[in-house]
Amino acid sequence: MSKHHVTTTINGDDVEFLCDPQETLLDVLRDRLGMTGSKEGCGTGDCGACTVNVDGKIVCACLMLGAEAEGRAISTIEGMAQGELLHPLQRKFLEHAALQCGICTPGILVAAKALLEENPDPSETEVRYWLAGNLCRCTGYDKIVRAVMDAAEEMRGRNYAA
Amino acid sequence: MPLETDFPQNFEAREFKVVGKRPVRPDGVDKVTGRAKFGADAVAPGMLHAKILRSPHAHAKIVSIDTSKAEALAGVKAVVTRDDFPVHEAVKEDQELMSVLTNVMAREKALYDGHAVAAVAATDPRIAAQALKLIEVEYEVLDHVIDEDLAMQPDAPILHEHLGHEYGGGKPSNVAGVTEIGHGDVEKGFAEAEVIVERSFKTGAAHQGYIEPHACLANIGSDGRGELWCCTQGQFMVRDTCTQLLGMDVSNLRVTPSEIGGGFGGKTTVFIEPVAVALSRKAGKPVKIVMSRDEVFRATGPTASASLWIKVGAKKDGTITAADAILKYQGGAFPGSPVDMGAMASFACYALENVRAVGYDVVTNRPKQAAYRAPGAPMAAFAVESVISELAGELGMDPIDFRLKNAAGDGTKSSFGPTYDEIGLIETLEAAKKTEHYNSPLGPNQGRGVASGFWFNFGGQTAVSLNLNVDGTVALSVGTPDIGGSRASMCAMAAEELGCDYDDVYCIVADTASLGFNDVTDGSRVTFASGLATIQAARQAKQRMIDRAAKIWGIPSDAVKWENGAAHPSGPNAGEHEPLSIKDIAAMAGETGGPIAGHHEIAAEGAGPSFATHIVDAEIDRDTGRIDIKRYTVVQDAGKAVHPAYVEGQFQGGAVQGIGWALNEEYIYNDKGLLENPGFLDYRVPVASDLPMIETVIVEKPNPGHPYGVRGVGETSIVPPMGAIANAVSAAAKVRATEIPMSPPRMLKLLRDSEATAKAAE
Amino acid sequence: MRYEAPTTVEDAVKLLAAEQGMAKVLAGGTDLLVAIRSGRIEPDLVVDLKRIEEMTGIEPEDGGFRIGAAVPSAEMGAHANLVAMWPGVVESAGLIGSTQIQSRATVAGNLCNASPAADSVPALAAARAKASIVGPNGRRDVPVEDVPAGPGKTSLEKGEFVASILLPKQAARGGDAYLRFIPRTEMDIAVVGVGVNLTLDESASISEARVVLGAVGPRVIVAEEAAEALVGTSGDEAAMKAFSEAVSAACAPIDDKRGTREYRIEVAGVLAKRAVAIAMDRAKGR
Repeated sequence: MSKHHVTTTINGDDVEFLCDPQETLLDVLRDRLGMTGSKEGCGTGDCGACTVNVDGKIVCACLMLGAEAEGRAISTIEGMAQGELLHPLQRKFLEHAALQCGICTPGILVAAKALLEENPDPSETEVRYWLAGNLCRCTGYDKIVRAVMDAAEEMRGRNYAA
Repeated sequence: MPLETDFPQNFEAREFKVVGKRPVRPDGVDKVTGRAKFGADAVAPGMLHAKILRSPHAHAKIVSIDTSKAEALAGVKAVVTRDDFPVHEAVKEDQELMSVLTNVMAREKALYDGHAVAAVAATDPRIAAQALKLIEVEYEVLDHVIDEDLAMQPDAPILHEHLGHEYGGGKPSNVAGVTEIGHGDVEKGFAEAEVIVERSFKTGAAHQGYIEPHACLANIGSDGRGELWCCTQGQFMVRDTCTQLLGMDVSNLRVTPSEIGGGFGGKTTVFIEPVAVALSRKAGKPVKIVMSRDEVFRATGPTASASLWIKVGAKKDGTITAADAILKYQGGAFPGSPVDMGAMASFACYALENVRAVGYDVVTNRPKQAAYRAPGAPMAAFAVESVISELAGELGMDPIDFRLKNAAGDGTKSSFGPTYDEIGLIETLEAAKKTEHYNSPLGPNQGRGVASGFWFNFGGQTAVSLNLNVDGTVALSVGTPDIGGSRASMCAMAAEELGCDYDDVYCIVADTASLGFNDVTDGSRVTFASGLATIQAARQAKQRMIDRAAKIWGIPSDAVKWENGAAHPSGPNAGEHEPLSIKDIAAMAGETGGPIAGHHEIAAEGAGPSFATHIVDAEIDRDTGRIDIKRYTVVQDAGKAVHPAYVEGQFQGGAVQGIGWALNEEYIYNDKGLLENPGFLDYRVPVASDLPMIETVIVEKPNPGHPYGVRGVGETSIVPPMGAIANAVSAAAKVRATEIPMSPPRMLKLLRDSEATAKAAE
Repeated sequence: MRYEAPTTVEDAVKLLAAEQGMAKVLAGGTDLLVAIRSGRIEPDLVVDLKRIEEMTGIEPEDGGFRIGAAVPSAEMGAHANLVAMWPGVVESAGLIGSTQIQSRATVAGNLCNASPAADSVPALAAARAKASIVGPNGRRDVPVEDVPAGPGKTSLEKGEFVASILLPKQAARGGDAYLRFIPRTEMDIAVVGVGVNLTLDESASISEARVVLGAVGPRVIVAEEAAEALVGTSGDEAAMKAFSEAVSAACAPIDDKRGTREYRIEVAGVLAKRAVAIAMDRAKGR
């Protein structure tokens, strides 16, 4: 079983790794690169806990092969805060208590960030449908939806470059 | 030195400075940046990966297991089967431990689809998976039974030859136990009734559905000592269970709980942990096991499914004269369904003269049930609250008024025995009645339902340690894993008591070697019991700071009082001294007698039940049977909301789990007894777009058994939803729904059958 | 398992044709990776199509559109002209999975996965879309409904794969629609799916109709008699009743974990009526 040598960009940094052909991007991130912020909740694309951004689009890292990452630009939860400065979504999730156990939080934040980049002023319904692939079993989604909408409002006000 | 018991536990009214606010949780930044370490995030040098071989049959005799080919595969370091799990002394006399042992690794029989049969540890997860295929298991497939009613039939396949002789008339049966609660004379009560409603109900088995699959990492040395890292609701439970099952000294295993990605009761027992310890011991290397989602559904505990019969009679003025229930809960392949708690909780909301509930604990070829949020209560409440609302309708009474007429209050003798102290059911009903929601109009094809719910709440064994750091900040160690933000509440209570800033307290969940025994995070006990112990530990530390200030000033301790986070001289003989803050005292601790700490160990009592009333508007599509939840309000008594945002979160989360259970979630088996939907695709938990905002009303009726009046809130919130939704759906559909989940095919059939019945009656 | 990402169709064909063991084509991977990870299949070769340029675009062709096999659903939804002409097809693709899945899942993959419940297939078939198949023997175009041969099986020969989907030009007064039934609002597999494509004459009567049903048989069902029940009518109540009954009569579903046979039969009739109403509105709006 020969390994693939993959060159890619993760959170703005050039990264090289070797992976088996059947390893997913999630396996690579977690097991080879030690980036365990992306979580595996199902392995079938149904829970969204492994959501990462590839070339500007969110995907389930469990449904993408590591080998497919060649030449792509990937961003993960680990790249969301700038040093000590949290992204407004991260801050709003804390202020609104939009997480209980926190296992779904990284995936939801990555997904919500992509939403606000595409649609800075989403309605409640748009937030709910965009996040329908991110299961949260603790919160009932109420505070998550509020936090996303509040972050959107703040970012619109500040003209924050997301 | 004062004793812990010198500090009063009972409620005292006070003005709060920190408690009741909504500060950011101490573990918050880690959780939004991906730094938080959950069960599957642990690694160890030289770590092996293990996988578990599971039964493909619902019920089968295991004739033989041949692991030789798997052992011969390059990279395989250890294989375990039933032979590696002998029955140790501690297990022999303990039926529950024996069940856990048999569930962890099948013995004579595989009792359900997914039952563990063998496990392999290898250098790579793919090698471990390959090795599983090389294990040869010879099964002799047996007849199986899945449904609780069928399992109680005389000709049902029998799971355990040693079980159920009482119900089986001397022969084995699948009824592991019968429980009965109540008081008064039910027959007499029904004779006095002017209106009686009697109905049968069924509920599907729901899984807790935590997003984090079970994961653990065991590392046992050749001296038999070692460590275990895992996601669990109780590290002490894991330690004690693993050591007992494997014949180890308790002190030889140190268990560290990771961050936990949801539990809801499902992580209050062990599944993979003893297997990982056994493999690590055998291989002499660290062993990691991470369950797949498929394994979580097939082999961890969902809750029981139930078959219920309820009969309630009332006079025309709305007074209930009698209430009766028969509950049959199947809890999977082992005794221990939560039917006893279901029976106790069934009529707990009502002040009744004549009441009875009989429960049957039934075994079937399904995975061993595990606790799920208010275990046993939601199913009973679904059935009872459906009948209560139907009865209100028959009487022409508003459903809240009817409940108020019969509601349990302070001093009511409960249906399950104890007399209630101060409880908040009536307050929740009154608050619900006043909500804008309850008084708003409904649209076409919509119905409104209400239901109330009760949960006992629990105290339990608890130990907390609070240490004052040199800079005056506070290190707080609790032994109850934080599943929903409880560390924030602990910090708030410690800060409240000490008079310091919330941010000056940092709370961690300690490992089993660092703190006294703690029961698991369950029973809605953490904010109550760990909170109580935190308050008491803080009071002890505060007393010690007072003693130090007295020593520094050279005055007696009783001439020092504590105010706003500082020691002040107090009384005529105290003299003039500048107040000493926590920081001052902490800085001088080394010279005044050494480290300053407080700790508290308690078997906490007086948890105080929490009651709730939910209001829901549902809309039905009469052409497809699909139900849409349009509006939802939770009204619940929290005693005192320490962190209101997390209290609301518990209300909302419980309500939404109840919505899922009511509408779509269920274990679906095929005719071979195999689970058909072991994944989030077809085990349909609610997604964000399914739901409205969940409105909340926090009622605060102080719990007399807690210094701040706190009651647990985590579980009650899942008790009313199914009944409330069934009432709303029945109103919208104009026919009574008696089976959950109220999935579209089931609802459309109900609509068509009721139309046919109506037509036939014309 | 080997992973290859060729950059030309020819190389992809060669790789697939040369493989002695199990070869699988990877477009979005949202079905394939689930199957591999669960151990349900163990391919020896996976050929990723996403590096082949002609498979990654939506191009106008003969008044319609050619959609490359590696085009994710989200890109279809972002293509204004495609949305304007074939809103039902685009919506059917847009219903597949979550936002995350939409970034990857393709209609060609949906077709070749050969699930009877595939959302995009009834809509594509109603639109008379063709699949452009390439292989060792060259190219051939076949109606999309002929690609799935049964649950999980396709009519593709060894070494063949679908390179693109060709949507024809929509008629001047044509409109399409796709509706499915799922228990939740998202994330489910269709219990019933109905694709409708119809054309109105100048008096707003239905002059042509095509109705295709999903998840009510081992393959999609082209409900010809149901479509005939619409033709010549204005979609009035009596016509819709007859139509709905004809749709139900065309169903041949099974009982499974997602729904009962009776349920599927009844709801297919309900959804078909609703889909016709949407398609008529669209046709009138042109």
